[in-house]
Amino acid sequence: MADIRTETMTVNMGPQHPSTHGVLRLVLELDGETVRSAAPTIGYLHTGIEKTAEQKKWQQVIPLVERMDYLSAQSNSMAFCMSAETLLGIDVPERVKNIRVLIAELQRINSHLVWLGTHGMEVGAVSVMLYCFRERELLLNINELLAGFRMFPSYMRVGGLREDLPRGFHDAVRAFLDRFPPKLDEYEDLLTRNEIYLKRTQNVGVISQDDAVAYGLVGPIARAAGMDYDVRKYFPYLGYDTYDFQVPTQTAGDAYARYQVRVAEMRESVKLCRQALERISPTGAFAVDDPRITPPPKDRVYTEMEALIQHFLIYSQGFTVPEGEAYVPVEGPRGEHGFSIVSDGSNRPWRVKSRAPSLMACQALERMIVGGLIADVIAVIGSIDVVMGDVDR
Amino acid sequence: MTAADLIQAIQDRFPQGVRAAHSYRGDATVIISRESLIEVARTLKEDAAFQMNFLMDVTAVDFSSFGKKPSPAFFSSSGVAVRPSPEIPDRERWPGPPGPERFAVVYHFFSLPLKHRLRVEVPLGDAEEADAEVDSLVSLWAGADWLEREVWDMFGIRFRGHPNLKRILLYEEFVGHPLRKDYPVNKRQPLIGPVN
Repeated sequence: MADIRTETMTVNMGPQHPSTHGVLRLVLELDGETVRSAAPTIGYLHTGIEKTAEQKKWQQVIPLVERMDYLSAQSNSMAFCMSAETLLGIDVPERVKNIRVLIAELQRINSHLVWLGTHGMEVGAVSVMLYCFRERELLLNINELLAGFRMFPSYMRVGGLREDLPRGFHDAVRAFLDRFPPKLDEYEDLLTRNEIYLKRTQNVGVISQDDAVAYGLVGPIARAAGMDYDVRKYFPYLGYDTYDFQVPTQTAGDAYARYQVRVAEMRESVKLCRQALERISPTGAFAVDDPRITPPPKDRVYTEMEALIQHFLIYSQGFTVPEGEAYVPVEGPRGEHGFSIVSDGSNRPWRVKSRAPSLMACQALERMIVGGLIADVIAVIGSIDVVMGDVDR
Repeated sequence: MTAADLIQAIQDRFPQGVRAAHSYRGDATVIISRESLIEVARTLKEDAAFQMNFLMDVTAVDFSSFGKKPSPAFFSSSGVAVRPSPEIPDRERWPGPPGPERFAVVYHFFSLPLKHRLRVEVPLGDAEEADAEVDSLVSLWAGADWLEREVWDMFGIRFRGHPNLKRILLYEEFVGHPLRKDYPVNKRQPLIGPVN
């Protein structure tokens, strides 16, 4: 037994590793199967969106920010629009608020479904992926119906929405909401008491509440560690305080607790969607009634000179936003997400900064995997639900 | 605590450190000198009156040429420009950039137990190299590490006492700091191949 090699081994995992959810690279130092140290390297997906946004007019920034966190596109654009609306000092109509709540909650289900599917697949439950993507397809179809685009609908606008709801929207959403809860039970049948899944996720990637605070972790990761922080409850926006919903929490702080929190969140989102859908009339105001911000309807553009001029001005030079800075947080699928924006009073933002929950989660990854097994690294990366587009921007 | 109370409490505690404060659109903002940053941050975190246990965000803003240049309406080559205008009237006006200095490092603090937020801004000049430097908060919040590295990467603002102040999103060979306003948006950097 004298010639057993005992030195540690350095393993380069990524950036093109199938289970790193994009292009995360980890340099792991292994002692046998135990991870001794881990150094995450990010930036492979850096596209300079914040710099580009400074060159664009306010409305043109919306498609850009949707591409940051590409699994929760509409939460991003909603957060950006709400910051811009705060600077403009405008209050969107009640109907717009309800539609935004509905869209945000559908987006949360959408994002959690991708997470559940990929995370399940990585720990060996391939059928979960097939099931989740089946239901996600329905949500993408709803996006397509809504805006003609499945992943990045760009349906939000500063001051409201791009256009009114399409015909058949209520029925499509209602059909999804009726179909989805039993399917959620199906996923739970596959995982919640699955012996293999429990062994792969319980006591794996544990993070304590103190560490979660120190690393600025929010969203499902923090709620799985026992914090009840949810922007929707702490700083209600869009009238979330008038809806009836719970914030699920767990105390274990491990990968399994995060799974439980996210599945419970999907159930709460269904409840929220139903309440929002009840409040939305099929037609009505879909943007703030301000000719400086909202373009005139097309039939007026084709028939009235003033509407044509107004249309031309809005689409060529945009609108100006008063000088100031604002940060309006929203609860995205990954936790508190918001845009710090600074305006110099012109038609382009001076500075756009996204507070990216994935960046903080990725930073805390090292804390969660050091001391564990290398096989658990995959389960932990899956459980924190990082989106590299949000990390690198 | 309301925004006004919060500002008052901080001003009472740090009469020298606080240069200005305002509440705009409900957000409390305190502008402090860079010498007092560590002290203010520690008090915010540990004092029972504030309990700001979360450091939500660290970022920076380059205020050079702020509000002076007209902004192109179509493409910069077309020559048609839009000047900053008070077209949409503003009843409570924003007091403007935090100072005459070029940069401002912006911290967003949040207190989970007391449910209040605070924005702290530290103006930094760039006349000399040592001016664009501020104390690091990594000793107080572990999460400040990457956020401060990102600010260094994008703005070239150094953080004194940071354990590993390297570029994070860009690569080491990158020249310049892209979110500075004097970095041209269409500038190309040479491609780098694998080492060796």
